[in-house]
Amino acid sequence: MFRKKECVAMLLAGGQGSRLYALTETTAKPAVPFGGKYRIIDFPLSNCVNSGIDTVGVLTQYQPLVLNEYIGNGQPWDLDRTAGGVTVLPPYQAKDGADWYKGTANAIYQNLNFINRYEPDYVLILSGDHIYNMDYSKMLDYHKEHNADCTIAVINVPLSEASRFGIMYTDEEERITEFVEKPKEPKSTKASMGIYIFGRKLLEKFLIMDAKDPSSENDFGKNIIPAMLASGARMFAYKFEGYWKDVGTIDSLWEANMDLLGDNPAFNLHDRRFKVYSRNDARQPQFIGKQATVLNSLITEGCEIYGTVVNSVLFSGVYVAPGAVVRDSVIFSDSMIMGGSIVDYSMLDHDVVVGTGAVVGTKKAKGRKITVIGAQNSIDPGMEIKEGAMIYPPNNITNEEEDQ
Amino acid sequence: MVEGIVFSGLHDDAIPELTRERTMASLPFACRYRLIDFPLSTLVNAGITNVYVIAQRNYQSLTDHLGSGKDWDLARRSGGLRIMTPYISAFAGNAMAKFNSRLEALKTISNAVFSMTGDYVVLADCDGICNINLNDMIDQHARSGADITIAVKKVNVTPERGERSVIIESDETGRITGALVRPSRIAGSHDINLNIWVVSRRYLQSMLHDALSKGLTSMSRDFLCRNAAYAKYMIYRYEGYYASLTSLQDYYASSMGLLSSNEDRNSIFNVKNRPIITKVRNSTPTKYSDGAVVKNSLIADGCVIEGTVENSLLFRGVHVGKNTVIRNSILFQDTYTGNSVSLDCVIADKNVVIRDYRKLSGYETLPFCIGKGKMV
Repeated sequence: MFRKKECVAMLLAGGQGSRLYALTETTAKPAVPFGGKYRIIDFPLSNCVNSGIDTVGVLTQYQPLVLNEYIGNGQPWDLDRTAGGVTVLPPYQAKDGADWYKGTANAIYQNLNFINRYEPDYVLILSGDHIYNMDYSKMLDYHKEHNADCTIAVINVPLSEASRFGIMYTDEEERITEFVEKPKEPKSTKASMGIYIFGRKLLEKFLIMDAKDPSSENDFGKNIIPAMLASGARMFAYKFEGYWKDVGTIDSLWEANMDLLGDNPAFNLHDRRFKVYSRNDARQPQFIGKQATVLNSLITEGCEIYGTVVNSVLFSGVYVAPGAVVRDSVIFSDSMIMGGSIVDYSMLDHDVVVGTGAVVGTKKAKGRKITVIGAQNSIDPGMEIKEGAMIYPPNNITNEEEDQ
Repeated sequence: MVEGIVFSGLHDDAIPELTRERTMASLPFACRYRLIDFPLSTLVNAGITNVYVIAQRNYQSLTDHLGSGKDWDLARRSGGLRIMTPYISAFAGNAMAKFNSRLEALKTISNAVFSMTGDYVVLADCDGICNINLNDMIDQHARSGADITIAVKKVNVTPERGERSVIIESDETGRITGALVRPSRIAGSHDINLNIWVVSRRYLQSMLHDALSKGLTSMSRDFLCRNAAYAKYMIYRYEGYYASLTSLQDYYASSMGLLSSNEDRNSIFNVKNRPIITKVRNSTPTKYSDGAVVKNSLIADGCVIEGTVENSLLFRGVHVGKNTVIRNSILFQDTYTGNSVSLDCVIADKNVVIRDYRKLSGYETLPFCIGKGKMV
């Protein structure tokens, strides 16, 4: 038996995150670690729970193992419910054939039966690649007040960057008049955040139409939204003010981690009014040794720090030996930074060992590039890893010099 | 199958400074744990999933901490965690509702004990810190065919310590010959009872029958001392780290001991396949500001540190203000210290607020305790 829900959230978590290179080699982007003890998907999931949405479908496709394991039964987010809760929705084999999710809209289309079981009035579409805290219930209220068919959350971006986003043109009542995906000469700064609320019936109608169109790319931004606009549907922009960051590239992921630091951080994790939930395992408290120096950093349980850590974010169980220096870096779980080594302006994935006296990256300065070390790599003692290197996890080591 | 019984409040009077508003089992220890985490994790790590926790007084903090038991994987459809609250009948005879010993506590859950079906039962108190390999102890118990096996550790007993301990005497085969219950004027190297026992289930049930019909009240006195010649009681020698918490001084010294010895700390918290599990609070990572100076300290998540912290333990959500200096202190969950505060040898209980410019200090042998929720 399925209890009716007012709103069901569908979280698109199948993305590969190819611009995170080594960090998404074996992990889907939403499962990429962030902020010391979180993964990217914790943010939309916690937002759902904090907004009173207790039924969430998570659409997975690329490298789902870590992600599936992480979501589990949804217990860390209180989504282990008898009625509703979190459900992982992988692509499946149907009677008339098996298909991968061809696009964002197609993924939702293939799971209309999941949505319909709860007979929701509204469907909230989310993506798993952004860091932000948002109360979706306010957006839903806005949607209802405007008697809208579709509401799209937008955020003001600098005009210079607007051509990277899907841009909304609206009238004075915030009704959307035009939508352009990555415009060359943007005239508006209202960027789509990839958060949509639809009336269920209308969404279903458009998804079915879209699925019948062989020329469609089955994408919300490219197909569904323009088609709805053309049909004259009531579509509104919902302005969001607050921190929001796409963490789809190495640079932006590093920046978003750094945004957590400082006395007045751009994004304040320590605001107790808006809790972000995550799956943690039992680790001992962090130990800071007698000779250690820790400045302007975030450090998590299980860490043992005997060296110097400055302007960095350390995940659980990181070991920094006496004499080691970690600067302007993000280090994922259980990595070991051995004595006398230096890690500068880098991102290290989990279980990396930086040998004695090794040097990873170069001191942060304008024009310098971030160095990335993939999971489970061992950097030999005394070895130097030059600035901007991208080292893939073992068995797949290439020296990629691609532009990030 | 093995079942477990945890006695949560048999030692509530040991540290009155900290147990006035909570039972011993929910006494915070080592930045993020409560005492019950140690016996409970020990049981769970040995694969024991049927666990009874006997509660008596001030157990609200305990039920809050344990919840459904899901953090320990004990929220089960069959078995799992059961909190046994005091048994008070609407009819006459509530004598059993209050108890001071293990045997009396077991009488209050006699129905549960008599319905047990496993081979062995593990009994554990909440008064010490250790990470013992219970499976090894259960194996030894099964091999030796003992009725009771008691975990002991050889320690140097001082007269003061002796008065707060049970000393187990055994022969060279490890068979227990007697017990000294809180002896006075004893000193030297002795085996002390760690209050972790493995008992054969049928033997436990027969002891309880005996106790109910004869009005016996003490396991140590009525069984251990009297029956040692007839029944088979064995010791299990534990060599690892053990801290008994029988006074505030013990508590303070054991906490500080975690800072001075990496080996001790790792032998409790860093044992492969035997993690100490506690309630997850979803704290943020701890934030160190540009002005932070932290040395030789154990720190939980969720703290914000803007000042100096040396030789101290900070629990979750502690705030250390600018120019504040914290030395040799233990600050419980959500303690807030303002700017330019100075603390030395202080234990601040939960939610204490210490305002700007306050200077407080105690001494190693008598740390200064600030009660729960107080503002200085």
